[in-house]
Amino acid sequence: MDSQTTYNYKVVRQFTVMTIVWGIVGMLVGVYIAAELAWPQLNMDIPWLTFSRLRPLHTNAVIFAFGGSALFATSYYVVQRTCQTRLFSSGLAAFTFWGWTLIIVLAAVSLPLGITSSKEYAELEWPIDILIAVVWVSYAIVFFGTIMKRKVKHIYVANWFYGAFILTIAVLHIINNLEIPVSLTKSYSIYPGAIDAMVQWWYGHNAVGFFLTAGFLGMMYYFVPKQAGRPVYSYRLSVVHFWALISTYMWAGPHHLHYTALPVWAQSLGMVFSLILLAPSWGGMINGIMTLSGAWHKLRDDPILKFLIVSLSFYGMSTFEGPMMSIKTVNALSHYTDWTIGHVHSGALGWVAMVSIGSVYFLVPKLFGREQMYSIKLIDWHFWMATIGVVLYIVSMWISGIMQGLMWRAVNDDGTLTYSFIETVQAMHPFYIVRFLGGALFLTGMLVMAYNVIKTVSGARPADAPVPQTA
Amino acid sequence: MNETSKYIQDFAFSSQFWSGWIIVLTLGNILACWWLIRWTAKKRAGEAAEGDTTGHTWDETLAEYNNPLPRWWLWLFYLTMVFGLVYLVLYPGLGSFRGVLGWTHQNAYAKEMQAADAKYGPLFAKYAAKPIPQLTQDPAALRIGQRLFVNYCASCHGSDAGGGPGFPNLRDNDWLYGGTPEAITKTILDGRSGAMPAWGPVLGEQGVNEVAAYVLSLSGRQADPKLVEAGRKHFATYCAACHGADGKGNPAMGAPNLTDNVWLYGGSPGVIRQTITKGRNGRMPAHRDFLGEDKVHLLAAYIYSLSKGNK
Repeated sequence: MDSQTTYNYKVVRQFTVMTIVWGIVGMLVGVYIAAELAWPQLNMDIPWLTFSRLRPLHTNAVIFAFGGSALFATSYYVVQRTCQTRLFSSGLAAFTFWGWTLIIVLAAVSLPLGITSSKEYAELEWPIDILIAVVWVSYAIVFFGTIMKRKVKHIYVANWFYGAFILTIAVLHIINNLEIPVSLTKSYSIYPGAIDAMVQWWYGHNAVGFFLTAGFLGMMYYFVPKQAGRPVYSYRLSVVHFWALISTYMWAGPHHLHYTALPVWAQSLGMVFSLILLAPSWGGMINGIMTLSGAWHKLRDDPILKFLIVSLSFYGMSTFEGPMMSIKTVNALSHYTDWTIGHVHSGALGWVAMVSIGSVYFLVPKLFGREQMYSIKLIDWHFWMATIGVVLYIVSMWISGIMQGLMWRAVNDDGTLTYSFIETVQAMHPFYIVRFLGGALFLTGMLVMAYNVIKTVSGARPADAPVPQTA
Repeated sequence: MNETSKYIQDFAFSSQFWSGWIIVLTLGNILACWWLIRWTAKKRAGEAAEGDTTGHTWDETLAEYNNPLPRWWLWLFYLTMVFGLVYLVLYPGLGSFRGVLGWTHQNAYAKEMQAADAKYGPLFAKYAAKPIPQLTQDPAALRIGQRLFVNYCASCHGSDAGGGPGFPNLRDNDWLYGGTPEAITKTILDGRSGAMPAWGPVLGEQGVNEVAAYVLSLSGRQADPKLVEAGRKHFATYCAACHGADGKGNPAMGAPNLTDNVWLYGGSPGVIRQTITKGRNGRMPAHRDFLGEDKVHLLAAYIYSLSKGNK
């Protein structure tokens, strides 16, 4: 059905289903490598199963396959509905789905083979980089094309965030991946030494800022007020925090390179802007949570809303933690420890995954013409599994990370280090097991979701909502 | 090139230009945030009153209130900006401006190291004055030596100093470069480079098999007598210069004794053939600049003590 009278739900359905599939795959790999850290013999001496190769597979799968699919699905859904017009170019939209899927498959093959450009979160080699650039530009054309032909005068706030995310990721991806190929599977960055590190973390931190923050704030700005049935708390606040967020995020990257060969002025700017970033980040949390003011009772029996609101709490917590960790003296303790891993996962599981899960539960019935999900009770189960899973994960990593940092710097009366490296590894072992359990619980929740979704859509027919014809 | 374009180029690539560029961007961004808050916080005529929506609707039900910015949040925002500006006055950050405190990574590091040296230096100097054999009788000295060992040496030689393939066992009283206190100290201070050339291209596969058979026979192991005989000649030609005519090695160049059945890289026939074919390059890094002579003295005492019981 390609007429202009209905919304293009086909591509939204495809990405929504793949969000669940890639979520399970990516988290399964994550749980496996968490188990490898606790029980190293699990790599079975097979190169493809070693932590070093599966770790980038895990990060790419959860960020770009799971998170990416969630962003594609929701942005396509939101932009059509808030612009009251069908998605621009069904053909190009379909291309973004199949192109993105091909990229994920290529990543799933090339990373375990050890093919990597060795830049964190940008490991994929140059032919795949080019494919990503092509698909991303097509995504931008579909998204902004839809904005251009909108039937309502004002652009809804969710679309500002989605738009900023799409534009910035294009710039970040292309600039960070400028490289000279030496063969089909190997290339070298065009930047030398410390400059390469700076470009990489300018990319790396803005991938967090724009992919994992701005994009998902776009999601939040649609699904929270929709599910709560309440207006967004403050238009003013959304204006301030949008512009402040996107301008200050750009500077924060150097906090990944404290006490390194990066010139000290750049490190200072990274720290200063990371601190200034606190208020703009919290603007989104306030706007989301306060949207519920006057309707708090809805939290009691709506597990979808629970997912959305708890995701905002984790968002607020990790955007407080981030600026604190960027302070040099704190960073001197936290850097290179598990604290960083815990911080990332309170953002990735607590914020990104939970807001996506809430949105998927919102979308599935609408996309398949059902009144609601097959089982609300199972959503509630999923919510508690996810919440307890995240808490186990981040608390174990906090303890393990801070302990690790303190053990590294402990000195004896004679000035020698108190602990050898292996003693710190030994001390972390129990926390690695707790982290594995937390991750496994979160993954189990995803399986519950998959079952609930299968039950909801089996026997259902794809439903495409009509575009209202009056503006 | 005319004068003007040369001037422009000089200016653009001088640090002053980029420094100014950074300062303008940094302050510009912070001040723009400040202005943005002030501008948005202002009440405007004709806009929605508090508690009313802005009047726009999207997707049937989506609307926005026009609530004011939470006051505590505004103060938080101002506070972080003020902190940032003060920090940039005190510390390096604004381009090439060094900050009024004169703080740098280098001087912060130097200061900490100086303080550590002042505090711990006398302790190490006290031990440095005593000869190593005497220190091996001093449990306190050995404890410090062990602590140094597990942090700086264990990643290669193992926490128990038992070594591993390519990394010598330090407890067996079998020494590549000599096991006197002086030799051990020199090894740690200045490092060692062991180079065994690749003989594969010279000997060919058959030649390598012959030499390997002879090397096996040196430590009293079974090997084909015909191969051993042929290998003996090759050994005299190619190997004896370093390993000695009797294969007992030469500590002056770190050439291992081949008769004692202690193997640095492994003693199976396959590994011996690989060693002969491809050669080996062993490297022990120097620690003189990194640890200093006084600490190395204690470290050497600890290592010397490990094999003393095996004499």
